[in-house]
Amino acid sequence: MSDHAVGLPEKGFIAKAFSNRSFVAGFVITALVAAMALLSFVWTPYDVTKLVVADRMQPPSAEHLFGTDQFGRDVLSMIMVGARNSLAVALVAVCIGVGIGVPLGCWAAARGGIVDGALMRFNDIVFAFPALLSAIMITAILGPGAINAIVAIGIFNIPVFARIARAGALAIWPREFILAARAAGKGPALITIEHILPNIANLLLVQVSIQFALGILAEAGLSYLGLGAQPPMPSWGRMLFDAQTRMAVAPYLAIVPGMAIVITVLGLNLIGDGIADTLDPKLRRQR
Amino acid sequence: MSLLEIENLSLDIGGTPILKDVDLSIAAGEVMGLVGESGSGKSMTALAVMRLLPQAARASGRILFDGADLLAATEDRMNALRGDDIGMVFQEPMTALNPLKTIGEQVAEGIRWHTGANRTDAEAQARRMLDRVGLPAERFPLTRYPHELSGGQRQRVVIAIACALKPKLLIADEPTTALDVVLQAQILELLRDLVDENRMGLLLISHDLAVVTEMADRITILRGGEVMEAGDTAQTLSAQEHPYTRQLAQASMHVPERPKRSPPSPLRGGPIGEADRGGGRGDVLDSPRTEHSGPLLSVQNITRDYPGHRTSLFHKPPPTRAVDDVSFSLGEGQSVALVGRSGCGKSTLARMILALDEPTSGSIAFRGETITGRDQASLRSARRDMQVVFQDPYGSFDPRRTVEWLVAEPLHLLDRKPGKTERRELVSQALHEVGLKPADMHKYPHEFSGGQRQRISIARAIITRPKLVVADEPVSALDVSIRAQVLDLFADLNQKLGVAYLFITHDLTVARAITDDVMVMHEGRIVEAGRTAEILSHPQSDAAKALVDAAPDLHRAIAKRMQEQG
Repeated sequence: MSDHAVGLPEKGFIAKAFSNRSFVAGFVITALVAAMALLSFVWTPYDVTKLVVADRMQPPSAEHLFGTDQFGRDVLSMIMVGARNSLAVALVAVCIGVGIGVPLGCWAAARGGIVDGALMRFNDIVFAFPALLSAIMITAILGPGAINAIVAIGIFNIPVFARIARAGALAIWPREFILAARAAGKGPALITIEHILPNIANLLLVQVSIQFALGILAEAGLSYLGLGAQPPMPSWGRMLFDAQTRMAVAPYLAIVPGMAIVITVLGLNLIGDGIADTLDPKLRRQR
Repeated sequence: MSLLEIENLSLDIGGTPILKDVDLSIAAGEVMGLVGESGSGKSMTALAVMRLLPQAARASGRILFDGADLLAATEDRMNALRGDDIGMVFQEPMTALNPLKTIGEQVAEGIRWHTGANRTDAEAQARRMLDRVGLPAERFPLTRYPHELSGGQRQRVVIAIACALKPKLLIADEPTTALDVVLQAQILELLRDLVDENRMGLLLISHDLAVVTEMADRITILRGGEVMEAGDTAQTLSAQEHPYTRQLAQASMHVPERPKRSPPSPLRGGPIGEADRGGGRGDVLDSPRTEHSGPLLSVQNITRDYPGHRTSLFHKPPPTRAVDDVSFSLGEGQSVALVGRSGCGKSTLARMILALDEPTSGSIAFRGETITGRDQASLRSARRDMQVVFQDPYGSFDPRRTVEWLVAEPLHLLDRKPGKTERRELVSQALHEVGLKPADMHKYPHEFSGGQRQRISIARAIITRPKLVVADEPVSALDVSIRAQVLDLFADLNQKLGVAYLFITHDLTVARAITDDVMVMHEGRIVEAGRTAEILSHPQSDAAKALVDAAPDLHRAIAKRMQEQG
């Protein structure tokens, strides 16, 4: 190879991700769910707080696309408003995890030694608690509600992100460009911001999509147990709970919110898969 | 009839032509050298013979091995040949072995697979093979794992695997590129002995003309997938009929032009006073002081210990001493090489000089100021005058930053931060000085070749106008012709900017090319120091002798070949 430039400028990460099939599919699904949640702020087919007893337990029809529940509320409207709740809880919980976990992980990797040991052992302790059970305990103590659900789910996101950030950062620290940055007089904090974070961002992005999906499941689980968003605010988990005694009469009451959860989680997992594929050139070539 | 006959081999990968009508033949017991720069298609030729090409590759032509066309052979047939009749040795001994298996298992594996021998027999044979490649049973039982061995020892294991079944043809793809010169000489000797013993054919692939000349009976010179010249080694290289052959040979022997410094070197050797380690120091003892404040860099009794590996819970292991009581000093604008085998402590020493690592004891003064045991903030002004160029042109840049950002990084050290336009000007000037275009600053590192990246690395090192540049193996990852250009650049900058160099290398030709003085390091100590030419022609210490003897030298290799043929 002669001494001049080789190869074309690499396409940006986002451009590459959009040429990945599973990323596009996941992105479309997630965008639709998010659009539905946003739309619910301004418009829903019916008012979800209004009870129309005369219309109770209607099977799906042109008037009520997904039918109505035992109080005559429109299921489609409830799904739309519930999406708001599910996405918000999962999103904020992921933000808590990223916001606290990533700095902790980077700090552990940069300092090493005792700081690293102590932080990671603390991490192990949090990991040792069964996440959903502990979340139930937290909401049981603090009282049920969307905010407490966020806190409970968020706390268990922290060690996940701390661990991923630390592992990623540890792989970057011994590289020569870090030495070069140190020779340029940059301290650990600046190096972490300028070099470590951009290089582990993709790794974290994959984890964000996974934790987001898990957050939606956890929120559904907590609501199902009555520890999430409180009535009259509809939520997917609570809809499942309410449907369970009426499975024989109106199976659609369980199927619709169940599908909503499955589809949203699927969309997020596809995004995660897509990012992971885009990151790993070897994997990409095999497709 | 030849053992291997490659006729009109052409190859393309996804439409990109890689090889064009390559012809090559190897007889039993013959060593064929395949030389070319990176990207010339050497490795692809080897992989085509092994039929281990990437899936998208399309090969045409004929590869006759023992009379049978390998390109037409079934996969089962190839599996029977690979590792049995055709062995292969790879470049990177660190990754060519499975880290989870013992060396015994890995050597025995191929024997069992191909001969159907039982475990005991296969292990006995593996033992004999490991003994043969220089890993005796007492020190290297079969139960050792690859991580317990050094690079040279691992390469011996790889050779043992490749030669365990006495293949008719051995393909060695840059077998010594990752090793230091002394190990390189040992591995080459081992390969040559194995060829003689078993009448193997050896296809030796290398970018290093000197290595190939020493080893090969005939050579083939490849460029851009085409054979430029082929023939008897001594004849081809002494006649140098083809212009590309001449170009390669000249690049291998290239010495940059630089003015000779008349005053005796201000370099002072380390603790070499004792009689047993003496030599090569008498004339370099006392330095003429430079105008202002004595030497630019002065290293005094530096020692660096690393904690040893803990083997038991209650017993504290003895520390490993990486650098042992080293002292020397370096004047302004002086160019000094620190030469030694891999693992001798050169890089550790360099890191301490750059204040990236703290010595266990001893002190380092830069421009008369002590830089050891100081906090980062107070080191800023010293760092500004002291920059670094690393070995790996691929790993020394953050892949997510533009060249402008990367080259400007040391400007962080200036007290007054330059504005955007001023920064851009400084970057374009630095790029200009290393022979790149200012427009290159908007590109990313992966858009450049290895040689260009090393230029960017140098631009980054000189942007603050430092007094000292520490270069850690700056050219060992580059092709010969590019290496020559980069060495020229170093020599040129030395003159233009008056910057002093500390060149860390295991390659004596690099030391000879651009340094006035050399220090030879061995097991953490500086065992010899003095004028470069002097030490290279009359080494005194064993360590220096070993390095000088092992260094491949094209002149010498050609002369030896000519002599052998009479």
